[in-house]
Amino acid sequence: MNMHTQPQRTPAETALIDAFGDRLSLLPGDGAVMLKRDDAIESIKHGLPTRRIESWHYTDLRRLLNAVPDFDPAAMAKALAPIVEGSTVLPILNGKSDAKVLSVEGITVQRLSEMLVDGSIAPGLDRYGSDDAIGALNTAFVADGYFVDIADGTELEKPIELQNLQAGGQTHVRLPVRVGANAKAVIVERQAGDGVALVSSVSQLVLGEGAEVTWLIVQEQPETATHLAQFKAHIGKNAKLTLFVMNAGGKLVRQEIVVKTTGEGADFKLRGINLLAGDTHTDVTMVLDHTVSHTTSTEIVRNVVTGKARGVFQGRINVHQYAQKTNAKMACNTLLLSDDGEFSTKPELEIFADDVVCGHGATVTEIDHDHLFYLMARGVDEKSARGLLVKAFVAEVIEELDDEAIVDALEARLDGWFLTHG
Amino acid sequence: MLEIKNLHARIVDDGTEIIRGLNLTVKAGEVAAIMGPNGSGKSTLSYILAGREDYEVTEGDILYNGQSILEMDPAERATSGIFLAFQYPMEIPGVATMEFLKVAMNEQRKARGEEPLKIPEFLRRVKEAAASLSMDMAMLKRPLNVGFSGGEKKRAEILQMKLLEPKLCVLDETDSGLDIDALKIVSDGVNALRSPDRAIVVITHYQRLLEHIVPDSVHVLYKGQVIKSGDKSLALDLEANGYAGVIGQAA
Repeated sequence: MNMHTQPQRTPAETALIDAFGDRLSLLPGDGAVMLKRDDAIESIKHGLPTRRIESWHYTDLRRLLNAVPDFDPAAMAKALAPIVEGSTVLPILNGKSDAKVLSVEGITVQRLSEMLVDGSIAPGLDRYGSDDAIGALNTAFVADGYFVDIADGTELEKPIELQNLQAGGQTHVRLPVRVGANAKAVIVERQAGDGVALVSSVSQLVLGEGAEVTWLIVQEQPETATHLAQFKAHIGKNAKLTLFVMNAGGKLVRQEIVVKTTGEGADFKLRGINLLAGDTHTDVTMVLDHTVSHTTSTEIVRNVVTGKARGVFQGRINVHQYAQKTNAKMACNTLLLSDDGEFSTKPELEIFADDVVCGHGATVTEIDHDHLFYLMARGVDEKSARGLLVKAFVAEVIEELDDEAIVDALEARLDGWFLTHG
Repeated sequence: MLEIKNLHARIVDDGTEIIRGLNLTVKAGEVAAIMGPNGSGKSTLSYILAGREDYEVTEGDILYNGQSILEMDPAERATSGIFLAFQYPMEIPGVATMEFLKVAMNEQRKARGEEPLKIPEFLRRVKEAAASLSMDMAMLKRPLNVGFSGGEKKRAEILQMKLLEPKLCVLDETDSGLDIDALKIVSDGVNALRSPDRAIVVITHYQRLLEHIVPDSVHVLYKGQVIKSGDKSLALDLEANGYAGVIGQAA
C-alpha cells in the first residue's frame, strides 16, 4: 500500500488507530503477540485498501467503511440454538469465549485469550500479504476465540458449532482448528448478532492426512453490521474439505477464502450462496493454490440479488508449476431480481503446470419465464412461483451436500431469509 | 363448458398471427380431439387456453363456464379448474417434485376455500395416483421432471392432472414420445378422469391415441381455424386419407 496517495485519514481509520491506543492495555498477549499487533496497526496507519489495490478493486474498503462503532463492554449477546440439533456449541458472545471447559471425547478446546496471554498462538498471527487488511485488523485487535483440536482418527457424530455472536460495538475473534489424520468432522461457523457492529473473524483450519471436513459458514448479520472475515485452510494428503458459505445479511461483508492443497489427493469444494438484499455490499474473495500434483477442486457460487444490493465474487485459482494433474472447475451464477442490484464476478486462473484441467464460467440471469409459466399453470400464484424458483436456484447447491441433517438445517436458514426478504 | 368464439391471436414478440378466427365449443362430459398438420396452431391454442404471456388475443373471446378467461393469469385459470398437460414438460432443477405437488394442490385448495391437505392424506393421494400410472415413488423424490425420460415426463403430467382434479383438461400431444405400453397406461389414466362434469380436449397428430381415448368429437385445425368438425369417424378418415382431402374441401 502506498501511503503517499492517502494523506488524510478517514474517520474510520482514525477511530481504529485511536481505539488501538486506548485498548492497548486491555488486549491480551505476551511480547511476541504485542509485536504482531504493533506491526498490524502500522499497516492500518498506512490506510485501508482502496479500489487501487487489485484484490479490493470491487470493494473499496476505505470508501465503504465510513464509520466504526466504539467497543461496547456492556453489550450482551445470547447463545443461539445450533442449526443442527445436538451440535456441540462453542459460543463467543460479544467477542468473549466461554470459561466452561468442554469435554467431548477426541476434542480439545482452548480459549484463545489464554493462548494470546501465553503467546502460544503468536506464530499463527502471521499475515499473508500486504493487501491483507482483514488479517491486519484482526491481528491488531483479536482478544478471544477458540482453538479446537480434533484428535487423529476421531469421527464426530454431531457437528461442532462455533457461534460468534455480537450485540453491538467491535468484536475481533480468531478460530484456529486442527483436524487430525483420518478424522471426520462437520464444523459450523455461525456469524450473527443484532447490533451496530464491526466484526472481524479469522478461521484457520489445518487438515491432516485423510481428514474429511465439512465447514459451514452461516453469516446472518443484521443490516447494521460490517463483517470482515477470513477462512484459511491447508488441505493435507488425501484430505477432503467442503466449505459451504452462506451470506444472508450484513451491511458491508467481505469473506475471504484462502486455501492451499498441500498434499497429493487433496480435494477442495467451495459451495457458496449469497442472498443479497437492501442497500448492502457483500464480497466473497477466494484464492486457491494447488501447490502439489494430483489435487482437485470445484467451486460453485450462486447469488440472488434483490433491492439495491451489490455483490462480488472473485475466484482466483493458482496452479503451481509442480501441480500437474490438477483438476479445477469454478462456476458463479447470479439471479438478478432487481434493476438496482448488481453483481461483479471475477474468475482468474493462473496456471504454471502444463498437464491440468481447469475451467470457469459465470452467468447472470433473470427468472426463467418458461419455468414461471409452468408453475403458474399448476395454480401456484406468481409471487409463490417466483419464490419457489429463486429458492430452487440456490437450494440446488445445498442439496448437493448430501447430509440430511445439514441440508435440512441450511434450507431452514434459507426459508427464514425468504420469509423476510421474499 | 368451453366456448371459443372467433378467436384471433398472435405472437407478442413478432406479431405473427397464429390463430385466425377459431370457433370451438366443448361441453361438460365431452372428450374433444383437436387434430391438424404441423404448424396449424394446435399447441398455440393450448398455450392460449392456459394463459401463456407470449401470445396476445387480438379479437374474439374464450368463455369457460360462461365467463371470459382472457384477463385471468395462468395461476387463476389453473385454480378455476383449467389444466394443461404440456407437450414438453419443463425440467425445473432445485424444485423437489413432492414439494411442488404439495404446493400446487394446496394453492388450488386455498383458492377454493378449502383447508390445506394434511401430510398423510397428501402422501396417500400421491401414492395412489402414482401406483395407478405405474410410477415409482423414487422418481418423485427427484427435482421436478429433471432426468425424467420423455415417457416419465408425460406420466408425471397425468399424475399432476389426477391430483389436481381439474374441470377442463387440455392434453397437448400427450402421446408423443410414448411407447405402446406407456401410451396404454397414460390413456387409462385419462379415461379414468372422464366424468359428466369434466371436459377433456386432446390435441394430437395421430389417430393412435384416439384408439385409447375415444373422442366424442373431432375437430381439424388448419391455419388457425377449425375447418371441419365431426365424430370419431373423422379421425379414422384423416388417418386413412391424410389432411389434404379435408384441407382441399375447406379451401
